[in-house]
Amino acid sequence: MAGGIWVLVAREDGAVRRLTYELLGKARELAGQGRVAAVLVGGEGGVDAEALGAYGADEVLVLAAPALAAYTAEAYTAALLPLLAQERPEVLLIGSTAQGRDLAPRLAVRAGAAIVTDCQTLAREDGALVAIRPMYTRKAIGTVRLLPGRLHIAVVLPGVFPVPPRRDRRAEVRRVPVPPEVGSRARVREVRALERETVPLTEADIVVSGGRGLRGPEHFALLEELARALGGAVGSSRPPVDSGWVPHDYEIGQTGKTVAPQVYLAVGISGAPQHLAGMSGSKHIIAINKDPQAPIFQVADLGVVGDLFEIVPRLTAAVRRRKQAGP
Amino acid sequence: MEIVVCIKQVPDTEAPIRIRPDGSGIDETGVNLVMNYYDEHATEAALQLRERFGGTVTLVSVGPERAREALRQGLAMGADEAVLVSDPRLARADHLQVARVLAAVIAPRRPDLVICGKLSTDDNAALVGPALAALLDLPQATAVSRLEVAEDATHALVHRELEGAVEVLELPLPALLTVERNLNEPRYPSLPGIMKAKRKEIPVLTLEAAGIDPEALGTPGAVLERLAPPPARPPGQRVDGQDPDAAVEAIVRYLAETAKVL
Repeated sequence: MAGGIWVLVAREDGAVRRLTYELLGKARELAGQGRVAAVLVGGEGGVDAEALGAYGADEVLVLAAPALAAYTAEAYTAALLPLLAQERPEVLLIGSTAQGRDLAPRLAVRAGAAIVTDCQTLAREDGALVAIRPMYTRKAIGTVRLLPGRLHIAVVLPGVFPVPPRRDRRAEVRRVPVPPEVGSRARVREVRALERETVPLTEADIVVSGGRGLRGPEHFALLEELARALGGAVGSSRPPVDSGWVPHDYEIGQTGKTVAPQVYLAVGISGAPQHLAGMSGSKHIIAINKDPQAPIFQVADLGVVGDLFEIVPRLTAAVRRRKQAGP
Repeated sequence: MEIVVCIKQVPDTEAPIRIRPDGSGIDETGVNLVMNYYDEHATEAALQLRERFGGTVTLVSVGPERAREALRQGLAMGADEAVLVSDPRLARADHLQVARVLAAVIAPRRPDLVICGKLSTDDNAALVGPALAALLDLPQATAVSRLEVAEDATHALVHRELEGAVEVLELPLPALLTVERNLNEPRYPSLPGIMKAKRKEIPVLTLEAAGIDPEALGTPGAVLERLAPPPARPPGQRVDGQDPDAAVEAIVRYLAETAKVL
């Protein structure tokens, strides 16, 4: 296969991440009649590779070797390079996960590719790949063109492309040899799961986020309960992190994570530009804040001016009642 | 221990951004330009290691002449020396070309560690660090939130935050790290540090002076074509929450009927 649009399969604990399906849907659209390949590094490990066909992959390239059992930038780069050189895809889509952001630039240098990160739209124009990405704390949107003549690598934000409807088709699976010298000087000692009960923030459909207005760490329990009722994840703005109420991995914003859920519930968050940078890509924003002047209301689709301590527990109860009653 | 820290000068994130009418970039008039926030954490990490192991901390930047001020900030924090590569031919350079310039300046110094911020707050690209690691052929760890260097300085143990997990990575030195903000608390420049930094020479090198063949940089692969203001969100609906039950009803109705998640 020469050319085509490739998607690097992103996994978590072995399972395929939803982001992978989002990328496959976009790849299918970009490819038109051309081929879409999913690249599964590290072996199937319990993943039904053929099933990726249901989301748009014509083919799944499987690279399995002991050196690829744990992700490292060096080993993944070394394993992918000969394959990219031989099959010459036009575009490689990589999800913007901690691993994707680690790998993509290293791979781009080695493969002589052009690269753009943080993509929230992607289109092809005259052989070029054109991406739109937020810049300057989301105070501006940049249009970046990857010029033709080399491999294009696009690192795509989670949640910006829909998961395509499943189709009844299977992908061909092809095992690709991995060069024996593939390895890494860096060694993964351990991957330790964080003790968080809910879904990972960057993949949650619903994010319930708290700010300074929560007044103390104990009140994050209110948000945990609401998030559990809604089936979402809990995040925070920067002040609760700086105050030590919640760990850094809760933080959404310029110095934290970028999220783009269906619903973002901002509770007691004033809405500093640095926070808006991480969440204003959300589809629906609901804000609860007692200060009617809070900047968060400028981006909120539904702004509630009121006391979160009165509203949130009632909201949790109402959501539970509704879920128990069924749709 | 020889440590190189990569520095970028960026607009203060608090500053409002004015986009030039032709969309070619931002109007920098009156904009407060500072050292990239994450680079302060990178500099702090380097200074702490120098305090423990000795050696030197060198700051390197690629950018316009004014970027000298960001380097001076790092010198005032306590870095030993600073180098700026500034050349009009780099005005349209993409991130990989910038990484090539940095690599050319850094490689002859054979540092034990190269430390970068995990991204720069102007374009958020997070490309230069890992690209530089590839060009210098160093093992890498990005978005490092915890760093322990072994007593004999032969290797480092780092923590990286993944989605819902922490990766513990061991890497031999020399290596390249990009750092997260919770790695450390950057120090403020001291008054003697500021005075000392004022007296330090910061060489500004053209490509040739830096020993870089402009041809070897190749052509940019990625071009920022246009900058535009973000699309305005249509004004939202406002609810008075004095009556919490009415507010809850409005939220539930929104979740069910508009967002369709209930």
